[in-house]
Amino acid sequence: MANIISDETIEYVGILAKLDLSDEEKEAAKKDMGSMLDYIDKLNELDTTGVEPMSHVFPVNNVFREDIVTNGDDRDNILKNAPSSREGSFVVPRTVD
Amino acid sequence: MDLMSLTAVELGKKIKAGEVTVAQAAFAALDRIEETDGELNCYVTVADREKVLKNAEAVQKRIDSGELTGPLAGVPVAIKDNMCTEGMLTTCSSKILSNFYPTYTAEAVLNLERAGAVIIGKTNMDEFAMGSTTETSAYGATRNPWNKDHVPGGSSGGSCAAVAAKECSYALGSDTGGSIRQPSSFCGVTGIKPTYGTVSRYGLIAYGSSLDQIGPVAKDVTDCAVILEAIASHDPKDSTSVKRESYDFTSALVNEVKGMRIGIPKTYFGDGLDREVADAVMSAANVLREKGAVIEEFDLGLVDYAIPAYYVIASAEASSNLARFDGVKYGYRTESCDGLHHMYKKTRSEGFGPEVKRRIMLGSFVLSSGYYDAYYLKALRTKALIKKEFDRAFEKYDVILGPAAPTTAPRLGESLQEPIKMYLGDIYTISVNLAGLPGITVPCGMDSKGLPIGLQLIGDCFKENNIIRAAYTFEQSKKE
Amino acid sequence: MKNYETVIGLEVHVELATKTKIFCSCSTAFGGAPNTHTCPVCIGMPGSLPVLNKQVVEYAMAVGLATNCEITQYNKFDRKNYFYPDNPQNYQISQLYLPICRNGKVEIETEGGKKLVGIHEIHMEEDAGKLIHDEHGDVSLVDFNRSGVPLIEIVSEPDMRSADEVIAYLEKLRLIIQYLGASDCKLNEGSMRADVNLSVREAGATEFGTRTEMKNLNSFRAIARAIENETERQIDLLEAGKEVIQETRRWDDNKEYSYAMRSKEDAQDYRYFPEPDLVPVIISDEWLSEVKSRQPEFRDEKKARYVSEYKIPEYDADIITLSKKMADIFEAATAICGNPKKVSNWLMVETMRLLKENGMDADDIKFSPENLAKLVKLTDDGVINSSVAKEVFEQIFKEDIDPEKYVEEKGLKMDNDEEGLKATLEEIVANNPQSVSDYKAGKEKAIGFLVGQAMKATKGKANPGIVNKLLKEILDR
Repeated sequence: MANIISDETIEYVGILAKLDLSDEEKEAAKKDMGSMLDYIDKLNELDTTGVEPMSHVFPVNNVFREDIVTNGDDRDNILKNAPSSREGSFVVPRTVD
Repeated sequence: MDLMSLTAVELGKKIKAGEVTVAQAAFAALDRIEETDGELNCYVTVADREKVLKNAEAVQKRIDSGELTGPLAGVPVAIKDNMCTEGMLTTCSSKILSNFYPTYTAEAVLNLERAGAVIIGKTNMDEFAMGSTTETSAYGATRNPWNKDHVPGGSSGGSCAAVAAKECSYALGSDTGGSIRQPSSFCGVTGIKPTYGTVSRYGLIAYGSSLDQIGPVAKDVTDCAVILEAIASHDPKDSTSVKRESYDFTSALVNEVKGMRIGIPKTYFGDGLDREVADAVMSAANVLREKGAVIEEFDLGLVDYAIPAYYVIASAEASSNLARFDGVKYGYRTESCDGLHHMYKKTRSEGFGPEVKRRIMLGSFVLSSGYYDAYYLKALRTKALIKKEFDRAFEKYDVILGPAAPTTAPRLGESLQEPIKMYLGDIYTISVNLAGLPGITVPCGMDSKGLPIGLQLIGDCFKENNIIRAAYTFEQSKKE
Repeated sequence: MKNYETVIGLEVHVELATKTKIFCSCSTAFGGAPNTHTCPVCIGMPGSLPVLNKQVVEYAMAVGLATNCEITQYNKFDRKNYFYPDNPQNYQISQLYLPICRNGKVEIETEGGKKLVGIHEIHMEEDAGKLIHDEHGDVSLVDFNRSGVPLIEIVSEPDMRSADEVIAYLEKLRLIIQYLGASDCKLNEGSMRADVNLSVREAGATEFGTRTEMKNLNSFRAIARAIENETERQIDLLEAGKEVIQETRRWDDNKEYSYAMRSKEDAQDYRYFPEPDLVPVIISDEWLSEVKSRQPEFRDEKKARYVSEYKIPEYDADIITLSKKMADIFEAATAICGNPKKVSNWLMVETMRLLKENGMDADDIKFSPENLAKLVKLTDDGVINSSVAKEVFEQIFKEDIDPEKYVEEKGLKMDNDEEGLKATLEEIVANNPQSVSDYKAGKEKAIGFLVGQAMKATKGKANPGIVNKLLKEILDR
């Protein structure tokens, strides 16, 4: 395996992705990511100098909305699936600010 | 008469003619599901009988009054569980949405409802559409109706198996890297991935936003063309929705391919391709040749680079699209936690399966500081080159022909051990998503194990009519 | 101690005054019970998709043009990925790679003179929701009404060197944006938010020092204090041989100190990538010209025009045009009553006084130009005297009353009845022999006391001119 993924990298990615992995999962993740990146390294064989990165396949541009209010108070629906709510607000564990 | 053996269009005709009621059709499907789905597990959610009856009666009224005249009016449909259906559980086959009841319905599904469709259930899939076997579902794998020890393919395995098992008249699937075309191939049914932007993505729970498209899965090409006509529309709620010049796909149902130029990529027929699959596909090509198509092999470049480019792009987009599943606004939240960030981590770690976590981590990594250029931008440049390659090919050919998958359906439990091998199975379908092109799978034979083989036809962007015509012609020839 | 120079750059977020949010048709109206201005898009429901509000693009272009920026005619959106409960999708749609405006500048003026502050870029992005920390529990409450409200972020070059320059810059920006009607730019309401990036270096040095970012600056005072405090803190560190750490600090204006907002849980790695759900914005030359042609008269032009057209002094024009609202009231009232000098006086003297007393901004003015015009007419026509007028104006200011009606109801018309007045004056003269003899002894000013008594006796309604005239007649008899 050419790409060796360190513990620090897995920790870091876990913070970015908000995932907590068990030690077993971490080992598997290191191996998996390593082999996936090895496979992805194949792209380096391809010469892409001067090629613009293509985000959108078709040249669709300027899709807009007019500035007119069409949505009303949909709070009941908005909160329908809330795991925890109170007096119209979503409730989350305290954030430290 | 076995209503569930009819195609959607045939059933629609009978309903229109008053030979069958909408309720009868719906219950025929529900009854079949009761009989066989315990084993097959095509459905995550089967609609409540009472609700289906009410719905069917409402549709019947609209048909009787002359309001609904379309070919799909009253026909029962199954919807892949990554499309929001108001008031109906929508899980993406994940634990993290195990309690999610959308408050709105996806535009494509609304289009079907406007046409008089009766939704009878939500079908099983790979979790968040990440997978090629429907084994990553949190609700158990779906089994291939042709051989229950084998997978149906994925990620729209539930939809394709349900059509094959006659547990619905037709279904909707979604395709990001082959998720309609490959399972259609494994299940011996017909499926279309339309040109990107043809069907609204509003209400489709996103996996790879620049690649996802919703498409029909049905018993034949005619059904697929009719369904595509019903679901395709320009949606102002979806900024990537393309306003097409024409939404007529059924005029392409013509049994004629004289002079059609068909290219077969040499690179598709390399080592990894199963012999029986290759033979079946080449036989199909010969059928079209005999019907007057001009067929030749050609060099389609960059085939090997499509998969790594796809996995970088799709997992990058997915890592961002799935960030919203955090236990705050909807879905699963962990029972106990120690502060906000712990809640995020625990909820997501408990709510997502291993394949999803794997792709989220890969996606976060390739976008992270220091790696963005080397991985993500590199993949986007590769995508541009792949599109160019297809543009070149379509200057010479009207349709590109090949297999939908290198093998027939693998056995359950085999694929997940080696993810890379599993990813390689997407080789024929993936580049089509990268270039935004339309693709169709039609059954073209069986292997010696009795498992279906699928033929894939790829068209230039916005040229569904070419692939529909070629597929229809091939299909008709099998009846001759 | 060495001589240090403070280097400051600003990131200013401005909430645009559109009716709907940037990516959905929910109302942006302030207030409203929690989550009553929300929809699947702005709370990030699965399957929802953004669609761009055209007005946001036009406001961004307008602000860019007014700040001398180059408009990026091919611009796109990117996702900024981070987890926080006020961010429903856990990514913010913003613009990193191709922001809509770049390379602008504004001229500011301080005691130190005029100077140019460069604008690095302006980009469009969406606002986050609001978090309210619950006192009693270990929870926070999330309200997504503000989620998706359109913002433009104006990033300056590190061209400022003092709190004065920072404030002059912010006031200039505010003036421009208010004149465009693009936002009401209120720091204390959050429609304008400033983050200060500050570093120090030895005077004469060419390299920049390490900078910190300060947030939670809700008033000009807080900004000035924070700048002073942070400059000191950084200098102290450097003098002690330590390094300044690049970090984000939160300013606490009550305690007058800042603290680092470090968090182990946040890698600050935003993994920006192009937003796949939105398509690029291409601004044609025609569209650009069209927006250019709709640019309003800005402050400097208006000021000059007021001097030449209305013939009011530059000093007056300067003050009136500081607020577009005030300028609009000036023009509208003048159009009705035709007395620009009087209108400008009311604005500059009484209005400014009352604004200050009540801790209000010119934009908070509640009265209408029609009522001000009526008041001017009442004084011009001699219906009420100046001290009554002042009283009436206070009511106009507080409640926008109709002065004609008010004067009628309260019987405040100036009393021009000379006969009745004569009698009153005779009485006053009789009762104040000291003042009379003072006056007769040559103290002209003693008449003032008598006038005052007369005004008191007539409850202020007498015409002071006539009082004077009649008193003199009586005294000179």
